[in-house]
Amino acid sequence: MARYIFWRLADSIPTVLLVLTLVFIAMRILPGDPAIAALGDNALPDQIAVFREKMGLNVPLWRQYLNFLHGVVTLDLGRSLISNTPVVNLLAHHLPYTIELTIAATLIGVTAGIPMGVLAATHRNRPADSAVRLYSLVGYAIPDFYLGALLLIVFSLNLGWFPINGGGDDFPSRMYHIVLPALTLAFLKSAFMGKLARTSLLEVFGKDYVRTARAKGAREGRVIYRHALRNAMLPLTTGLGMSLLATLSGSVAVELVFNRPGIGTLLISGISERDYAVIQGGVIVFALFVVVVNLMIDLLYIVVDPRIRVQ
Amino acid sequence: MTTASIDTFEPVSPAPSRLEIFRQVILARPATLFAAIVILIFVLIALLAPWLAPYNPLAQSFLKINKPPSAANWLGTDQFGRDVLSRMIYGSRNSLILGLLSPALAAVVGTTLGVVAGYFGGIVDRVISRIVDLLISFPELLLAIIIAAALGGGFWNIVVVISAAFVPGFARVARAQTMAVRQEPYVEAAVAVGVSTPVIILRHIIPNIAAPIVVLMTLWTASAIRLEASLSFLGIGTQPPNPSWGNIIRDGLNNLFGSPWPVIGAGFAITCVVLAFNVFGDAVRDILDPETAQ
Amino acid sequence: MTAPLLRIENLSVEFGPRANPIRVVDDVSFEIEAGGSVGVVGESGSGKSMTSLSILRLVPEPPGRISGGRILFDGADLLALPRNQMPDIRGRDVAMIFQEPMSSLNPVMTIGDQIGEAILLHQDLNSAQRRKRVLELLRLVGIPDPAGRIDAYPHQFSGGMRQRVMIAMAVACNPRLLIADEPTTALDVTIQAQVLALLKDVRQRLGTAILLISHDLGIIADSCERVVVMYAGRVVEEGDVRSIFRNPAHPYTRALLKSIPRLDDERDRLYQIPGSVPLAGSVTQGCAFRARCPLRVETCAVDRPPLFAFGPSHKAACWVTAEAAQARSAAEASP
Repeated sequence: MARYIFWRLADSIPTVLLVLTLVFIAMRILPGDPAIAALGDNALPDQIAVFREKMGLNVPLWRQYLNFLHGVVTLDLGRSLISNTPVVNLLAHHLPYTIELTIAATLIGVTAGIPMGVLAATHRNRPADSAVRLYSLVGYAIPDFYLGALLLIVFSLNLGWFPINGGGDDFPSRMYHIVLPALTLAFLKSAFMGKLARTSLLEVFGKDYVRTARAKGAREGRVIYRHALRNAMLPLTTGLGMSLLATLSGSVAVELVFNRPGIGTLLISGISERDYAVIQGGVIVFALFVVVVNLMIDLLYIVVDPRIRVQ
Repeated sequence: MTTASIDTFEPVSPAPSRLEIFRQVILARPATLFAAIVILIFVLIALLAPWLAPYNPLAQSFLKINKPPSAANWLGTDQFGRDVLSRMIYGSRNSLILGLLSPALAAVVGTTLGVVAGYFGGIVDRVISRIVDLLISFPELLLAIIIAAALGGGFWNIVVVISAAFVPGFARVARAQTMAVRQEPYVEAAVAVGVSTPVIILRHIIPNIAAPIVVLMTLWTASAIRLEASLSFLGIGTQPPNPSWGNIIRDGLNNLFGSPWPVIGAGFAITCVVLAFNVFGDAVRDILDPETAQ
Repeated sequence: MTAPLLRIENLSVEFGPRANPIRVVDDVSFEIEAGGSVGVVGESGSGKSMTSLSILRLVPEPPGRISGGRILFDGADLLALPRNQMPDIRGRDVAMIFQEPMSSLNPVMTIGDQIGEAILLHQDLNSAQRRKRVLELLRLVGIPDPAGRIDAYPHQFSGGMRQRVMIAMAVACNPRLLIADEPTTALDVTIQAQVLALLKDVRQRLGTAILLISHDLGIIADSCERVVVMYAGRVVEEGDVRSIFRNPAHPYTRALLKSIPRLDDERDRLYQIPGSVPLAGSVTQGCAFRARCPLRVETCAVDRPPLFAFGPSHKAACWVTAEAAQARSAAEASP
């Protein structure tokens, strides 16, 4: 097990390097000249020269790459072109809002979704099952930003139960602001986890060891929760990773709907203001999120799958 | 005796014709039939937009700003007095074209990468697989946002962005399928008798990996439509004033106090189309690729 | 005469739609004495596994269902019990082990927990006592180093060892009947012999009656006192091992005996029964074996043969051999 953890951790180093390299390629090479991208087609030559100097674009590409990596390691991602604030400070300010939204949505979505999947699987082809399947069909189709907008229209605009926008400052206010965005993302997540739990459980129900559990006298509740669900946790863990990342990317649009000051809002406003340094910083944060979540899921496998834990 | 032996060469169960597959997919299940009808209606709306739309989708009118639905404007008007229904009808063109074009383009690029990796193996495979494995762990939306951040808007840029988000998925499936087909006796036989590699790939590999690729294309049409809507909503997809369902919602959200109808209408359209393509895609998968269907 | 431990009466199991069911077990009856051992033999599709699953009411429903008959355990009809009382019977009075030791154990639980669960469900022991009992059981079934293996997971065991674990789990509560459904089919030949020896040993030490299901008449001859031969969902012959092997009365049993390979065999090829088992439920009239039967006469296509007595405890369902036996005993009676 220790070896598995060691190798998994060691393996994430080249992954991080590869991610950063791809980000570098995307930011420096794909769009052509970032100076023109940032300043627009009508920029004057000396404006461009100043910009290139400031952004360190005058040195050879390999130097830029090393400077870029050095910047990431030393947490120096440059300054915003608009506000002149260090990008790291901006990220640090926005990050908590995105993280708390992701965590809240995941907690609600998983605790609602898995019982729904259990209900559907144990009542296969009966009304409860049909209801859950319809629910996940809609959850798979409805865009998160649309659902968020609908909740906003109904509960904030018309009923006035929740704030219309913002992220809140002190803890109670933040929890108050997070309700609708979290419910929006949780709805999609519960649809996903519910469907996945249903399919995984139905597959596990057909396994021989479930019959063994019944043969030794286990009652249905025990068969479902002690035997079937514990085995279904394996595909569900993979699904949890996928849905965590989906929630993270969905948070971009949902933050925009509710005007929350998260990383998504920062990245999108960076894009619309052509704030090159902010875009780069936001992209790095999201890319590292992906690597970290995948690492967490692989480590979670150690807990749920003894075949990895015990060799 | 000779006739009898010819008979034995008849395949036991002839491959179902296209018509037969169509009948199985569309007509066997009411939900699928319904989904197909919804898709057909939206395709017709997109095709006939100039004739169906009651107004010019870009025509502004200060006399009727933020009107609620009425007989003249079924879904009301937006903050520039533009007819919401007409904008939605024209917006369907962006959604459907991008939804159908991007997976097709992604399939071509991704399948090429996957076949090359799976067929040749070695260092080529290692490099492609490593990058694909990494990119596939990114949600499509996140990948699209990152690429869009670098590329900027514009129709062809969006096509590239959405396609790029799906390329890793196609590449992974194509690679796995190619590696399986490569082991088949008929491919090994073709290699042994000296058939050239491009011919083997085109004649033996591609036809045999086509089914799962087509299944993914249908399944990801819905995702592509959603992705286009999301990007346009975020302001990095279809650019205003050119209407798309995503940017209608974006505009509408800034004007919620004026009129909620653009948001409600456009979002409903996206949900319907995505739902229909999801149901339809599941049916296609059940027919073409029964092994992966539960 | 004492009542048997288990008595199956006219059991029928059906699959598929109620309107047009497929009958996979058809009017099956037999019994097992306390501490006795009965083998059920038949090809795949003969209904032997469904018969054994019916006893614990583990027939997968839907699509299957027990459509008729009685299963008397200790005089009480298990099929008449409310569904929620079955878990009390399972594992405590009647235990079962299955064909696939690889997939029959839960991969995410330690074997100690799985055996312990069988005890927990039926006996009032604290966890220390349970653990002690599990160690005892592991020793009983011949797992080397029980203390070191109790916290291991199934994937750390070989197939034969997993089947021993299954047996330990099954006998954990000293059941009075142990059903073993093809317990050795998935194992290597040498391991097969060990597992069969273990089952015999368990039976002798604990006095557990054993119902052994197998497609292999040789295995049953080796470990059982009585044999039930099933074909296409029906019992075609039943008797004690000795008389079935000496005087097989049904043509199917004779064919099965001919197809057992033997060391003193001079033949180059093994005997193969011509044809194949009819699809379940496809024979609605006459004898199901008639298409493959060398002795068939016209009656076989029309009337279904009942079980005729061929001796004090030997019955078989064949028109032709029954008539011959009758003629023989008539001839002996009047010299």
